[in-house]
Amino acid sequence: MSTNVIEVEGLVRRFGNFTAVDGVTFNVQEGEIFGFLGPNGAGKSTTINMLCTLLRPTAGRALVNGYDVRTQQSQVRNSIGLIFQDPSLDDRLTGRENLQFHAMLYDVAREEFKRRADEVLRMVDLTEKADAIVRTYSGGMKRRLEIARGLLHHPRVLFLDEPTLGLDPQTRRHIWEYLLKLRDAEGVTMFMTTHYMDEAEHCDRIAIIDHGKIIALDTPDRLKSLVGGDIVTLRTSDNERAAEKLQTAYHITPRRGPEGQLIIETAKGDQFIPQVMTMLANSGTPIEVTSINLRRPTLEDVFIKLTGRAIREEEADQAKDFMRMRNRMWGGRGMHG
Amino acid sequence: MFKQIWRNLKGAFTIWYRDVLRYVRDRARLVTSLAQPLLFLFVFGDGLSSAMTNLGGGHLDFKQFMFPGILGMTVLFTSIFSAVSIVWDREFGFFKEVMVAPVSRAAVALGKVAGGSTIAMFQGAIILILAPFIGIRMTFGQIVVLLALMLLLAGVMTSLGILIAARQRTMEGFQMIMNFLLMPMFFLSGAFFPLNNVPLWMEWLSKADPVTYGVDPLRQVILRESVPPMVLEMIRLHPIRTDVLIMLGFGLAFIVPAVWLFSRQD
Repeated sequence: MSTNVIEVEGLVRRFGNFTAVDGVTFNVQEGEIFGFLGPNGAGKSTTINMLCTLLRPTAGRALVNGYDVRTQQSQVRNSIGLIFQDPSLDDRLTGRENLQFHAMLYDVAREEFKRRADEVLRMVDLTEKADAIVRTYSGGMKRRLEIARGLLHHPRVLFLDEPTLGLDPQTRRHIWEYLLKLRDAEGVTMFMTTHYMDEAEHCDRIAIIDHGKIIALDTPDRLKSLVGGDIVTLRTSDNERAAEKLQTAYHITPRRGPEGQLIIETAKGDQFIPQVMTMLANSGTPIEVTSINLRRPTLEDVFIKLTGRAIREEEADQAKDFMRMRNRMWGGRGMHG
Repeated sequence: MFKQIWRNLKGAFTIWYRDVLRYVRDRARLVTSLAQPLLFLFVFGDGLSSAMTNLGGGHLDFKQFMFPGILGMTVLFTSIFSAVSIVWDREFGFFKEVMVAPVSRAAVALGKVAGGSTIAMFQGAIILILAPFIGIRMTFGQIVVLLALMLLLAGVMTSLGILIAARQRTMEGFQMIMNFLLMPMFFLSGAFFPLNNVPLWMEWLSKADPVTYGVDPLRQVILRESVPPMVLEMIRLHPIRTDVLIMLGFGLAFIVPAVWLFSRQD
């Protein structure tokens, strides 16, 4: 029997006329990694900020560890750890000092702090760097220190708002290795937001959020089964005509990729490919197939299926991203995790 | 209940301690912070002293007159900068972490006021080292009173800084604050020229300027042993006690709304 660590019911947040979060309802179970996946501006951060008591909900109810985020803010704060989208370390202090300030703010006793600080530093492989000034850390190391800090006071839930934003792919992978390791070691529940599809795959369950509403909520595998089987991508000498042919022959309307390529969902891709090749070759003036690709559906395909749009990363606030990047990389040595 | 109070005190202490630790760590700042006062005191001071021969009936050197003003300037700028830095700190720094800690916002704001004030007082204390070079003698007792006055002025100005920063989300407005608030407050405070014979409009603006009541008592205490009482009488504005009371009034008028605004949840 698993218990719910987070219970959210009809949560709404409006900013003036704009509804950022529009009545979301979900539960997160103990020990679970729960992901909020959606494009920028979908309401992910707003939701996390409400759950962490940084924003007041306009309507609805949310319990974190059984505490109400409206009326029991102090208890909520005490029982959660938070990894922010933007860096939140004091980069003129050492790693250990950053942890020490956290311990002071969370009223962790001195002896307990000493023991626990060594423990969390070891978990994220920062023992040797602990007494160096944070400014000399790489982007990935800073992130790891933030994760260690978030865990210092034994929170039951760790909130991670875009934990790998602004990091290079290799470092992102490393961060994930640590997160998964920590979940096993500490048994902590994790609630995270991301707009990276590949990262969402690590979650036990994912809520896909768009325009402030949850449009799907399930395990990654079951979400992907919403898309019919396989994805075939086709490039031809004449994509327009090929699309028409597919329509008349199989009654399918292919989706168009960014370079005009045809994207087709089909149950058995391996059998579909030879059929298409033959069909296109034998159709009046033959259409030449320049490339063909078969793959399993990704969460991106699920999102497109549900919304008709792709999650585009360039929607991000570029100025802010640039500052983020600079903040993370400043004084960093290399980008390795 | 008791636990809550203890936790908030500890929280405020943490904010204060972090500011002080950062300050002490930053050796470069200790040295560079002397550059601007030195520039003002010797370039400005020596440059203008020949034109300012009537000060205190001709018995007061301009550099000596200006020195308390430079103390006030140092305290003013350090306090406001350290308070307004929370805007940046809240978006991309340590204050993000502080805002979600189980510590009340009021404790956070008060801790920041304490931190900014302490640093500004330290900065002022460093400037005091220059006093002997311009012929100002001071007793230990005077220095203690000066530190207390600087701490008070710093508290007033840090509270004003928090009041400005409390609801601000970007640093964009900062240049405007500098131009329309900080510089006028500095120039109108009587730091560089006596306010005894200025036009009426300036007199009124100066009266509304909290820094005026910080510079006036600093000047009276600093020059006590160096110039005749009669000269002091000619350049002072109010009795020290009045200055202190007015500063306390300003402080209260800033800190209450500052804490209130800072504590409001979005």
